[in-house]
Amino acid sequence: MQWGLSIKMPLHDIYLLSPEISIACLAAVVIVLDLFTKNKKIIPVVATIGVIGSVLLTILIHQDTSIINNGNAFSNTFNVDTFGIFFKYIILGTVLVVILYSYEYAEKFNNHQGEYYSLLLFSASGMMLLASATELITLYIALELTSLPSAGLVALKRSRASAEAGIKFLLLSAISSAILLYGMVLIYGFTGSSHLNEIADQISRSQNLVSNPAILLAMILITAGFGFKISAAPFQMWAPDVYEGAPTPITAFLSVASKSAGFALAIRIFYTVFNGTEISVEWGQIIAILSALSMTLGNLIAIRQNNIKRLLAYSTVAQAGYIMVGLASMSMLDGTSNLGPSGILFYLAGYAMTNLTAFGIIILVCSKSENYSLEKFSDLARISPVLAIAMTLSMVSLIGIPPTVGFIGKVYLFSAAMESGLIWLAIFGVLNSVISAYYYLNIVRIMFKRSSKNDSYEKRPSIPLKIGGVAVILSAIATFVFGLYPEPILNLANTAIQSII
Amino acid sequence: MEEFTGILTIAIFLPIVAAIIILIFLQGKNARNFALAISILELIITSYVFLEYRSNPDGYQFIDRLNWIPIESFKTEYFLGIDGLSAPLLFLTGLLGVVAIFASWTITNRVKEHFIWLLILQGSVIGVFTSLDFFLFFLFWELELIPMFFLISIWGTGRKEYSAMKFLIFTILGSAFMLIGLLAIYVSTGTFDMTALPEKISTAISIGDLIIPASWLFLLTIIGFAIKLPVFPFHTWLPDAHTDAPTAASVMLAGVLLKMGGYGMFRISATMFPEQLHNFSLWIAIFGLINIIYGAVVTIRQTDLKRLIAYSSISHMGFILLGLAAVSGDSLRLGFSGAALQMFTHGTITGLMFLTVGFIYERTHTRYIPDLGGLANVMPILASSILIAGLASLGLPGTSGFVAEIIIFMGSFAAFPILTAIATVAVVLTAGYILWMIQRSMFGKRPEKFDSLSDAKAHEIIPITMLIISIIFVGVYPSFISDIFTLGIEPIASAVGVIN
Repeated sequence: MQWGLSIKMPLHDIYLLSPEISIACLAAVVIVLDLFTKNKKIIPVVATIGVIGSVLLTILIHQDTSIINNGNAFSNTFNVDTFGIFFKYIILGTVLVVILYSYEYAEKFNNHQGEYYSLLLFSASGMMLLASATELITLYIALELTSLPSAGLVALKRSRASAEAGIKFLLLSAISSAILLYGMVLIYGFTGSSHLNEIADQISRSQNLVSNPAILLAMILITAGFGFKISAAPFQMWAPDVYEGAPTPITAFLSVASKSAGFALAIRIFYTVFNGTEISVEWGQIIAILSALSMTLGNLIAIRQNNIKRLLAYSTVAQAGYIMVGLASMSMLDGTSNLGPSGILFYLAGYAMTNLTAFGIIILVCSKSENYSLEKFSDLARISPVLAIAMTLSMVSLIGIPPTVGFIGKVYLFSAAMESGLIWLAIFGVLNSVISAYYYLNIVRIMFKRSSKNDSYEKRPSIPLKIGGVAVILSAIATFVFGLYPEPILNLANTAIQSII
Repeated sequence: MEEFTGILTIAIFLPIVAAIIILIFLQGKNARNFALAISILELIITSYVFLEYRSNPDGYQFIDRLNWIPIESFKTEYFLGIDGLSAPLLFLTGLLGVVAIFASWTITNRVKEHFIWLLILQGSVIGVFTSLDFFLFFLFWELELIPMFFLISIWGTGRKEYSAMKFLIFTILGSAFMLIGLLAIYVSTGTFDMTALPEKISTAISIGDLIIPASWLFLLTIIGFAIKLPVFPFHTWLPDAHTDAPTAASVMLAGVLLKMGGYGMFRISATMFPEQLHNFSLWIAIFGLINIIYGAVVTIRQTDLKRLIAYSSISHMGFILLGLAAVSGDSLRLGFSGAALQMFTHGTITGLMFLTVGFIYERTHTRYIPDLGGLANVMPILASSILIAGLASLGLPGTSGFVAEIIIFMGSFAAFPILTAIATVAVVLTAGYILWMIQRSMFGKRPEKFDSLSDAKAHEIIPITMLIISIIFVGVYPSFISDIFTLGIEPIASAVGVIN
């Protein structure tokens, strides 16, 4: 493996990574545009068009069958397979929706709109690179490209809470990256390669390696690192403060895209490298315990929250726990079925729609007054029935009640757990859904309850449904439709998983 | 494999589509009248299906079967059909659907939404009774929660939000048990097809393919349904939910939603695990007995009309367990079909009770029995209605309640003579609390403020008449319904009979 000098940049490589490259360029264009234009309204429009362009490029590459055998790019540091493409769809979709939500919201930052969109896009390009990277150093760099702009975004509101959240996010993501890096270094040290497929070769060939405690330590370190990214317990403590302090569209972005990228990293490393080895089973047990812990902790604390952003922060901790059920069962399975990993992919896609709906409504309802207490939602069914119905769908989907995408996702994940013998974990997950029903439906109850003080309702203005509102409704419809007709996403998830076996 | 008759699909989705139409186009009275028209159409469809099945009762009919999620690792179908067990319950749902619309005829608060939720509720309950794919069954089972939650928490009285949440959490807990059972069954057998599952499960048991022991699976599913039925000690949600629910929701809750629990026990637990039913029959009988006696004893002490009826429902639901447990010898068919018939008759009788009490409450604005009295003079129709419902409930010969209970007793006596003997005490208790309740609230001295109250109006007489007719008709001609049920329980009965 020759580094540095011999690197060429053939056109094919650029073509394969064109979605990422276009997003990064777009970020640069946005920031330059911000310098030269007085009319800041044009910035989100340019960003929207650029992201749509990148989506089209992704679709183009997805349709290109030649990538099945020839998806490697840049000296095998990337492999553009359907797995990566699946995550690119999720990330691009999320970014697109977040930009739509920001049309009105970002006007708060009057002089920093350019920075806002460009940081957002840089972070997204990092996530997309992460989804396709197959080499440890590239993975790490992509991860940093994801985290650093996020820290800036979190602090962008420049209020006390926002600054505190920013510094917290920065410090904790630095620590978690360091831990992750240490794990990667151990793997590199023992296998002599930083390419995942070569590491996988080494591990499948040598029994000594598998039984080496250093490899297990490396896996634990990597798990801890990625536990921070997906805000799984016991690495969740940053999430509530950061979610609360960050600008709300960024909270949405972090809760969906960043979590997806974290899982992409985990599946990529653990599924391609360690699948079918003994060490995978040990790791699976650790993940199962963390999963149960996340679900329980997240749900129990969320019950007590009175701030919708904090509530959803704890809810994402619990949701991370549900998704980790798939991770745990995938590592138990010895590759007989891919219910677990494809369940994760499906759940992440569904979770993206569901959570984006919820956050979109929060932005519409709360962001003007920056008051995020649950009382803000009282009488929403009267002020805006459409938003109330959308929010209800989203909450129902987060509980896992039909007819929503969350229901199918949960059933899929829990049946994966059953199949791999983790019956206790499935029971844990199902019972946790019961607990979560309480606080999710509490929001629904508040929205549909008529407050006795009728005059307070008279004073509340109606909520105009502009661009953000349309995006909310579309993602609510997606939550519903894919709950009844999940086949397209399931197929996509299945082919995505097959591409990395 | 794919076939499509379409009638059951219409029965499920007609109310749901109608709800959407109301949501978009209609307001107030128009919404109500439209909902009534739809529910009458539903009654016609369900009666047609029932009568058609009755004229040619055999196996599964009216099958709609399409692929839904044709993914290899997770194959589910859109599979509807009815057999002898579900046909009468389908008809019951159609009947009570109309009654529920009439019951909420005069509501003034958020009229449109009320009828939307009511129609969605009806559609999803029909979905539960007609699904032959376990996953689809579960989907409808869960779908029914949301409309009920809204109906109680918005249009209820008293601690309505607390009761709605309690109802929901209890039911979801039950669903959680069921979901674990459902997934374990799927992972073990690779199918959700309820018509094929009994055989696949018995094969899986014999070759040791089940990932959870069969007795556990049986318990998981039956606990899920027991919470819905409800069975002591999971019953505590029911008095609250019933008492605080609006009349229409009470009628649906008592009339059909509880029956989903009983139906599930037959359709899932008993059909798929006959051997386990046999092994656990003593426990089921004991819990049935506790329900019967405990429910009856607690009912006597109630001072709120609705809470009284709610507790009496717990007592009556115990009979279903007792019938289900009657697995020994020749009597098992009697026990099973008695229990199935009890589901139907209790649906009409308690439906009528809640309906009448709801109408009385609209007039008196109190359900507290010591505050009532002498109402029979001012509202003779409503008083006779509650009297008929009461007499049917205590099992007077000539009413449907008598037939169901006597058949259950005949069935369970052979299996558990002592338990059945104790259970008959409940008949006395039932007579006591029903008659005492009627005497205190309808007869005696009337408080002056009730002197000017009016009797039932046309929109109230219609549903009352419908239910009274069905109670008397089934009372004098029980085989009209029970023949079909007997056919429906035959597969379970023969599977259990083999073990005997």
